[in-house]
Amino acid sequence: MAALAESFGRGAMTNQYNDLKNADVILVMGGNPAENHPVSMKCILKAKKERGAKLIVVDPKFTKTAAKADLYIPIRPGSDIAFLGGLIKYIIDNELYFKDYVVNYTDASFLVDPNFKGPEDLEGVFSGYDPKSRKYDKATWKYQLDENGVPKKDPSLKDPNCVFQLLKRHYSRYTLDMVSEITGAPKDKILKAYEIIASTGKPNKVATVCYAMGWTQHTVGVQNIRAMSIAQLLLGNIGMAGGGINALRGESNVQGSTDQGLLYHILPGYLPVPKASEKDLKTYFEKNTPTTKEPKSLNWWKNRPKYIVSLLKAFFGDNATKENDFCYDLLPKVDDGKTYSWYDLFDAMIKGKVKGFFAWGQNPACSSANAGKVREALVKLDWLVHVNLWDTETSSFWKGPGMDPKKIKTEVFLLPCACSVEKGGSVTNSGRIAQWRYKAVEPPGEAKPDAEIIDELFKRIRALYQREGGAFPDPILKLNWDYGKDHVDTKLIAKEMNGYFTTDILEHPINKKAYRKGEQVPNFTLLLDDGRTACGNWIYSGSFPAEGNLMARRGKEDPTGLGLFSNWAWCWPLNRRILYNRASVDPYGKPWDPERAVIKWDDQVKKWVGDVPDGPQPPLAMEGGVLPFIMKPSGMGTIFGVGLSDGPFPTHYEPVESPFPNVLYKKVRFNPVAKISDTPLDKLILGADPKYPYVATTYRVTEHWQTGVMTRHTDWLLELEPQMFVEISRELARKLGIKSGDKVWVISPRGKVWAIAIVTSRIKPLKVMGHTCHVVGLPWHYGWRWPEDGSGGDSANLLTPPTYDPNTMIQETKCFAVNIVKAK
Amino acid sequence: MRYGLLIVPDLCIGCRACQVACKSWNGLPAEKTKNRGTHENPLDLTGYTYNRIRYIEKITPKGEVQWLFVSQRCRHCGEAACVKVCPVGAIQKDEATGIVFYDKNTCIGCQACNQACPFKIPRYDKEGKVSKCHMCIDRVKAWLVPACAKTCPTGAIRFGKREELLDWAKKERYKVIHGEKELGELGVMFALSQEPKYYELVEKPVVREDLIALGQILRVLAAKKVPITKSIIKRLFA
Repeated sequence: MAALAESFGRGAMTNQYNDLKNADVILVMGGNPAENHPVSMKCILKAKKERGAKLIVVDPKFTKTAAKADLYIPIRPGSDIAFLGGLIKYIIDNELYFKDYVVNYTDASFLVDPNFKGPEDLEGVFSGYDPKSRKYDKATWKYQLDENGVPKKDPSLKDPNCVFQLLKRHYSRYTLDMVSEITGAPKDKILKAYEIIASTGKPNKVATVCYAMGWTQHTVGVQNIRAMSIAQLLLGNIGMAGGGINALRGESNVQGSTDQGLLYHILPGYLPVPKASEKDLKTYFEKNTPTTKEPKSLNWWKNRPKYIVSLLKAFFGDNATKENDFCYDLLPKVDDGKTYSWYDLFDAMIKGKVKGFFAWGQNPACSSANAGKVREALVKLDWLVHVNLWDTETSSFWKGPGMDPKKIKTEVFLLPCACSVEKGGSVTNSGRIAQWRYKAVEPPGEAKPDAEIIDELFKRIRALYQREGGAFPDPILKLNWDYGKDHVDTKLIAKEMNGYFTTDILEHPINKKAYRKGEQVPNFTLLLDDGRTACGNWIYSGSFPAEGNLMARRGKEDPTGLGLFSNWAWCWPLNRRILYNRASVDPYGKPWDPERAVIKWDDQVKKWVGDVPDGPQPPLAMEGGVLPFIMKPSGMGTIFGVGLSDGPFPTHYEPVESPFPNVLYKKVRFNPVAKISDTPLDKLILGADPKYPYVATTYRVTEHWQTGVMTRHTDWLLELEPQMFVEISRELARKLGIKSGDKVWVISPRGKVWAIAIVTSRIKPLKVMGHTCHVVGLPWHYGWRWPEDGSGGDSANLLTPPTYDPNTMIQETKCFAVNIVKAK
Repeated sequence: MRYGLLIVPDLCIGCRACQVACKSWNGLPAEKTKNRGTHENPLDLTGYTYNRIRYIEKITPKGEVQWLFVSQRCRHCGEAACVKVCPVGAIQKDEATGIVFYDKNTCIGCQACNQACPFKIPRYDKEGKVSKCHMCIDRVKAWLVPACAKTCPTGAIRFGKREELLDWAKKERYKVIHGEKELGELGVMFALSQEPKYYELVEKPVVREDLIALGQILRVLAAKKVPITKSIIKRLFA
């Protein structure tokens, strides 16, 4: 998501699942929709059948998606940027980019600070690298500005310092030979893929990309996605029907959770969590409100103050006033330069700094990389509250393998919660569609919906503070919390997310209309920064206006035939189905591809027709027109991404635990700013080690979900995939004397798990840098707690490494070093 | 009007939602399985598994891998050997739909139906009673689509009037429609882009010619209360 936000402005899938049917080329890389998003295959197969679309699958193993592909290319785990860098080079060298799009809608023509240097100049790092802190000083990562503060441009794309030329130079060594040497993929197939993908750099041809955790779970995860974003911008495929970059998200409501600020660094609606140094609201505004001098840039984030003030009004109600900075002081702040990610938590537990832990709807004892460390971290706690449908490996960690219950003092509380069909509310899918759903049955026994558990917990904590006071009671006591007396009414939460007026307004400064106190805000364009509006999540503003709950709509009309289904549920932002759709038209508002017009400018009525446009302003070339990427201060699709921790251009680094050198940069093997845990339980192999000669990767199967807590308890699913397995090639099996069905041990520096060997032709040894590279694959669905007889095995995450992407702190569970031995 | 299922392996992604939906609708218990070095499970049809997806790995002459997903289940033959051979009429053909269904209460567990079936489909539950796909006749009679077809996300299992299914397969130009003409026109057909053998389907299913006679004899014996056991049937079919 970080990559998509950096490239285009929003951290979300650009298009929709059912828009996949509109594509001419579908690249599936870092994902396996047939296995993990089966319903999306309906649309992919439809594109193949009805449009003759080409499906290309790039994956270390021949997947179920590959089984439907026109072209399958095997690739070594962790070599995606080499493959994609080669694609970028191919597009540029053969001039297959969509020039009008690139010049008008991307920063390709922008001139970059001449002091900026890339890894080609500095033997593997970008300018500003400090090896001591392993961080970048980004002072040189910037555009050159003219006297008005507007980025200088060269629309001819010839200036040696323009982004386009820098990009060209950056990927100049990503030749077919080099790509093949790094990835292990055969040259003829790489070339074939490049030809097919690059054929869409035309106005009337579109490629789409589907990815998932196969791209994110790397120490270069964000950069994997950035590389493809750049290729898609060059080909002019963003904003188009059948185009975009589609993050097929791993959980039904994970987009919704991210939208609500579940991550440590964002508040609801992607507002940054304040830093300790941002001591008042004014400073927060100054540091977090992007500005631009680009005359045609809408720079939508200039509205951030409206959203944070409205959020504070929703949080703290009448307690939030202009005089007290709308209770800004009551928001938690993070220390500058510190991360508080998932993995930081467990490291802090190991170090004895965190004593209590809510593990809510999750099973970290199986889901976390280096899960053995997590299990040890739980031992250090005073208390653990586990909210789940079942007793899991997390709640029962104290009696797990290798644990001595007598020596563990952690007090564990297991709170049973309702499952998805036992409660009502909204679910937001990958395509940002928030759909209201209804309770089908009552939860069993004492189980309650999560919201009710939180509500009761909050009320009890508040009562305690009221009775006994405390060090800092105000954040709790001043909170505006009223979602029902005995039961939580999720509609009240949804209405607060949409936002409401906190006072009568006789004439709204924006649309001059009158609104009454308590009335629902029509949408976020009417939010204010003076406290007269409250809004729990600005991107959901418009989902529940005065006329009702739009998320509950079930209209099946599809006037464009593109599958937008604009009256089905509601989609953030403003029910816009395809993001950046202003880039699907030329500067006069004429669709690049009239046959798949997402929007078009109607000259007669002076309005856009089709999807909700990404900004209602007229087309770029007309009076009052704006640039298409309204969330970026530049207004442009971003090739030169200065917001990331590890470089403005993606560049190939080996996985941290790779047996291979970096043939591009001898001195820098892996991402120089990758995050690595350093507790005594974090063991790593750096460089080739004959003890762990094989490259392992993890994945999921259709039949199980995440750590398998729900699916291992579903007998019909367990029947289909009953046991931990490891897929290995026929060649490796022969070498190790292993037959299909044999029990083997898979061993990494962190731990070992047993698995049943599936010997298959679907995984092949790869030729990498003159050596044979054996890839093996394991699922991470199993755990010792269930099935109760232990027949399922345990989690693959006992093996995975404590190394993370520096931008997101996502773990590198897609490539690590293992050994395999036959079990006796 | 004959109804049927058209199965399209080219559209099947092997998700096995059909396998689960079948168990769910029919209230069939899960079996305790093991991973035996393949994703396929259970390893065969049983008295509690009416439909299973076979995962077939192939290497093409060019050395490319292929992975085929093929449903294994009752084909609902027009000239159903099981119906002909059953001594007690426990398996019957529904005149209205062409569905081959059965009545466990009538079944005497002689297993003649499995012996006679050219696809070796019928299985037996713990009580020895016949079990197999009945094309969700209970749903179909209530104007509902069979559970497997209802749940299939990609349209790889299509339910409908047999003629319309055939028209669709022909319009889509599939190379072979396996079951179009075989055995008095099968109710469950496969639309294929390769020869049936490639998908490990029974290429030319045949019903033994002596079956009708055998069935007649068995029915006479059954009517006279002569016990018809598994071992007798085995010997008759040997």
